[in-house]
Amino acid sequence: MRDTRSNDRVNDPEPDETLRSDADHLTTRRLPDSFALPINQPPTQPMKVPTAGAIDCDIHPSVPSIKALLPYMSDQWRDTIAQRGVHELETIAYPENAPLTARPDWRPVQGRPAADVATIQDQALEPFATSFAICNCLYGVQLLMGEDMAAAFAHAVNSWMVANFLDQDPRLRASIVIPTQDVNLAVAEIERRAEDQRFVSVLMLVMDENPLGRRVYWPIYAAAARYGLPICVHAGSAYKHPVTSVGWPSYYAEDYAAQAPAFHNLVSSLICEGVFAKFPDLKVVLAESGITWLPAHLWRLTKFWRGLRAEIPWVDKTPTEVAREHIRLTLQPVDAPADAKPLERIMDHFGSDDMVLFSTDYPHWQFDGDAALPDGMSVSLARKIMVENPKNTYPRLK
Amino acid sequence: MPKYVVASTMDIPPGARKLVEVRGRLIVIFNLNGEYFGLLNRCPHQGGSLCDGRLVGLIEAGSEPGEYSYSRAGEVVRCPWHGWEFDIRTGQSRCEPDRITSTQYQVAVETGEVVTNGPFFAETFDVSIEQEYVVIEV
Repeated sequence: MRDTRSNDRVNDPEPDETLRSDADHLTTRRLPDSFALPINQPPTQPMKVPTAGAIDCDIHPSVPSIKALLPYMSDQWRDTIAQRGVHELETIAYPENAPLTARPDWRPVQGRPAADVATIQDQALEPFATSFAICNCLYGVQLLMGEDMAAAFAHAVNSWMVANFLDQDPRLRASIVIPTQDVNLAVAEIERRAEDQRFVSVLMLVMDENPLGRRVYWPIYAAAARYGLPICVHAGSAYKHPVTSVGWPSYYAEDYAAQAPAFHNLVSSLICEGVFAKFPDLKVVLAESGITWLPAHLWRLTKFWRGLRAEIPWVDKTPTEVAREHIRLTLQPVDAPADAKPLERIMDHFGSDDMVLFSTDYPHWQFDGDAALPDGMSVSLARKIMVENPKNTYPRLK
Repeated sequence: MPKYVVASTMDIPPGARKLVEVRGRLIVIFNLNGEYFGLLNRCPHQGGSLCDGRLVGLIEAGSEPGEYSYSRAGEVVRCPWHGWEFDIRTGQSRCEPDRITSTQYQVAVETGEVVTNGPFFAETFDVSIEQEYVVIEV
């Protein structure tokens, strides 16, 4: 009963084949090299496509401690934080000892990973020979309940970023941390930082208090569009809600995997609420989202949109087409099996070479050695991902 | 293409529709304020019966998200299965009009006199010269 004009079948993946190649892969997989190496010694692996000149769209300097932020706060907030005994804004997004939080050879003997510019130069900039690296600081600003305190912390993190990183190495760029708790204060922080061209995007978390397509956030998008700043939506939660829609999981593995469904919801929200109809020049970068889930989610959204588009007539082309125009994803973590074939198929499913942006996700442990580029990417696609796509996404990197 | 007489105009008043069978094809005839249109009674998605679909208007975006425009009441049919909308005048889907279309047939109104003189096929009923008839090319 299917008509060939419907592309439902054309787009259907062949699940059996995919599963088979996945299973084959498991039987031949070798352990990551770092399993055999002592901590703090970088493993050696041949690099297939050199990353020299690449733009790394997602690295994570750590705030070493709350003390590092105090110089960038007003006297009142400095005193308040001391009086109240406010401790570190550590979140459960990246627990200190979780393997993911820092690769063994990037984990310092003491203190937090990636906490100073020299470390980032040695571990992130030099080994990959990147031309630029965009710092997305994941300090727990978005978790605070107090709007004014959140604004004070966001401001302090951005000032700390300027003084300790952007002023220290010309290759570093950063996303503006904003207090999404109060949209007006968030816009004010964007306006304060926008003049500094080294801030190249605006940072939000995928699980905020509301779905990010909601109009309450639109002044943020208006400001970002005004200043030529894409929105970088990073994995993580403000923990105003459980990380799954039916409640809290028990284990970290569940929590980290649950980022992907949160990104599904984000993509639906941004498209259906009309963010891209309202802000046609806006691009949204999904950072640390993984990449394999997006084509399948867009098939699903497009399938249902065909019958439900009258609810959202501002979505006047398929959600897949809207996403190709406006959504970008950072490369790491690549969540495909490690052999080339499944990834090649997935890249085909995107139907576009424009959407993926190179990232190492430093210092998170997503790969070993300098193998930031997975197998299954042609040299030309790799170059596009490393240079051309980031430049087309971040106007300030041109 | 041969023309078939499929109904008297009195059978399909404005806003009504009628399912007819011509050479083994089920075709739904719509009357939009005196203009007649024919679509294959088979949604190009999965074959739902368009004759059983709800007649709706055309909902389009207003000046920004959250604002709607509504026009052409009764000129769009929604497939009863998955809600895909088809423009009765063109057969085009609203979701992807250039790619997904419902098969359309040319429909005309002819007097009984013209119909009687032929060449038309009238398989199922008698023709009176006092009436007008819906004629379809298949």
